[in-house]
Amino acid sequence: MNNVYYGKLIFELSKEGRCGYSLPTNELEQYSLNDMPANLMRGEAPAMPEVDELTVVRHYTNMSNNNFGVDTGFYPLGSCTMKYNPKINEEMCNHYAFTGLHPLQNENTVQGALEVYYNLQSSLAEISGLSEFTLNPFAGAHGELTGLMVMKSYHLDRNDSKRTKVIIPDSAHGTNPASAAVCGFDVVVVKSRPDGTVDVEDLRPLLDDTIAGMMMTNPNTLGIFEHNIAEIAKLVHEAGGLMYYDGANLNPMLGKCRPGDLGFDIMHINLHKTFSTPHGGGGPGSGPVGVRAGLEKFLPNPRVVADEENMSFKIECNDESLGSVSGFLGNFGVIMRAYAYILTLGKENLRMVGPLATLNANYIKECLKDCYELPIEGVCKHEFVFDGLKDKSTEVTTLDVAKRLLDYGFHAPTIYFPLLFHQALMIEPTENESKETLDGFIEVMRTIAKEAKETPELVKTAPHNTPVRRLDDTLAALHPVVTYAELSAEQQ
Amino acid sequence: MSKIVEGLYYSESHEYVKVEGNVGFIGITDYAQHELGNVVYVDMPEVDDEVSQGEEFGAVESVKAASDLMSPVSGTVVEVNEALEDEPGLVNKDAFENWIIKVEISDASELDNLMNAEAYKAFIGE
Repeated sequence: MNNVYYGKLIFELSKEGRCGYSLPTNELEQYSLNDMPANLMRGEAPAMPEVDELTVVRHYTNMSNNNFGVDTGFYPLGSCTMKYNPKINEEMCNHYAFTGLHPLQNENTVQGALEVYYNLQSSLAEISGLSEFTLNPFAGAHGELTGLMVMKSYHLDRNDSKRTKVIIPDSAHGTNPASAAVCGFDVVVVKSRPDGTVDVEDLRPLLDDTIAGMMMTNPNTLGIFEHNIAEIAKLVHEAGGLMYYDGANLNPMLGKCRPGDLGFDIMHINLHKTFSTPHGGGGPGSGPVGVRAGLEKFLPNPRVVADEENMSFKIECNDESLGSVSGFLGNFGVIMRAYAYILTLGKENLRMVGPLATLNANYIKECLKDCYELPIEGVCKHEFVFDGLKDKSTEVTTLDVAKRLLDYGFHAPTIYFPLLFHQALMIEPTENESKETLDGFIEVMRTIAKEAKETPELVKTAPHNTPVRRLDDTLAALHPVVTYAELSAEQQ
Repeated sequence: MSKIVEGLYYSESHEYVKVEGNVGFIGITDYAQHELGNVVYVDMPEVDDEVSQGEEFGAVESVKAASDLMSPVSGTVVEVNEALEDEPGLVNKDAFENWIIKVEISDASELDNLMNAEAYKAFIGE
């Protein structure tokens, strides 16, 4: 139970003159503030909360109790692969041999860390069927941008500057068109067929010598395996384009199917999804990018390479690279965690991840499809999409169902994405959950469907048991109040 | 049940065009605003911009999603509905009254590619 007093904003707990610490007397020579240039002086004291240590601790402890995470409950947020973050990963990356390193240290003194980089690059290459990886990008979308820069570099390197378009399916993650636009490409949308896969006949006429490549995720955002992928890759390659694999949905493929073998040339991997590193609430993430043989030279600088002659590892830059996309070598703590995850599971157990994630998703789907609208029948992969409640007459929406789930202690699934269905409710359980947890979720989803019929107002006004009631997201979008200064100005 | 106005032309991407002489008033349908939910931003082109049939000319952002606006006709923008800059929610209040752009239509024969009220009604399944 949350404490109402300490749950207030820290600014509201401030008492003028209160101080958390007694600072020692300053024994240095006193400088006059008048020595400061006038343009560097502020007119008034900053609005900082004045609080004692115990108040700070109580405030933040109470606030942290409002958190919901994978460590507190089931988190079936579709497309996000909210899998458990094993604690051994934390222990490994918090080892003093790694935490004390500085990125500017001489490479002779960081051979262990470089070995971790090199081994993770090689492991990801083996898992994805590609030639080389960079671990430098800081997140999935950053990886997409880096991958598209590789695509652009490849075409420009062949003096082919007319390839300005990237093809993206209408079911794609929103980051795909955004990354393409940031990279200076025009986006061409290819339609989906009624079964949710890319329409090859719609794709054919789009292919010409202005196409730089095509971005796809497989299985797609509906959780359906793109069974025409070999033909699609062949058509795009024949037109001179490259295939980009958005690794957001790599989880069901782990150890079973490799993007490189499907014809993809470039891909990114979300270590914070598939390889169990923390995300949600800011990460940090990591979006390694892999390329097929022949494209390695375009990968960003710097790179970690093996010096086989001296049996050591070194950091290298090359002139043909697309340049630098990060300071130094990416998020080392995340890289360390992902490496620990791969070593903990090992090859055989990594092969179990995809099938178990797929089994869990299909189990939930089959148990709920009589009360929720399943627009695409058949076996899904790691996730699936319902188009709202089956009984639309109650006017209870997907948003209402998602809010009601919070009352029962579950994180809501992804809602209103993908845009192909108007009441999309996208569920991804991951491989971690026990049958008991899945059954508990299914029971609650069935209860909500029943409530929607019998007591629709209860669902439409949910949540009722959470620290705050339903928020006004329209007002928040139109009139955001994001600082205490703005809030106190409002209240006056 | 969504409101559908007789005498307008409708596109499959849920825009309408109301034709007066050689000028078309373009907006999104009542069905579209209902499916989008509360609109919080309308991204509009500038006066004198060219628009083409089936091509994007702006976007509508709601609390649920951002959706591209596709022009139902080709032509030149002669006016944008500036009231939507301050109050995008007008689109939800009355989608047909609150048009988004006014276009001087360059090719009236393109109207043949659009649906009438009856066909649009069938298209959205009502």
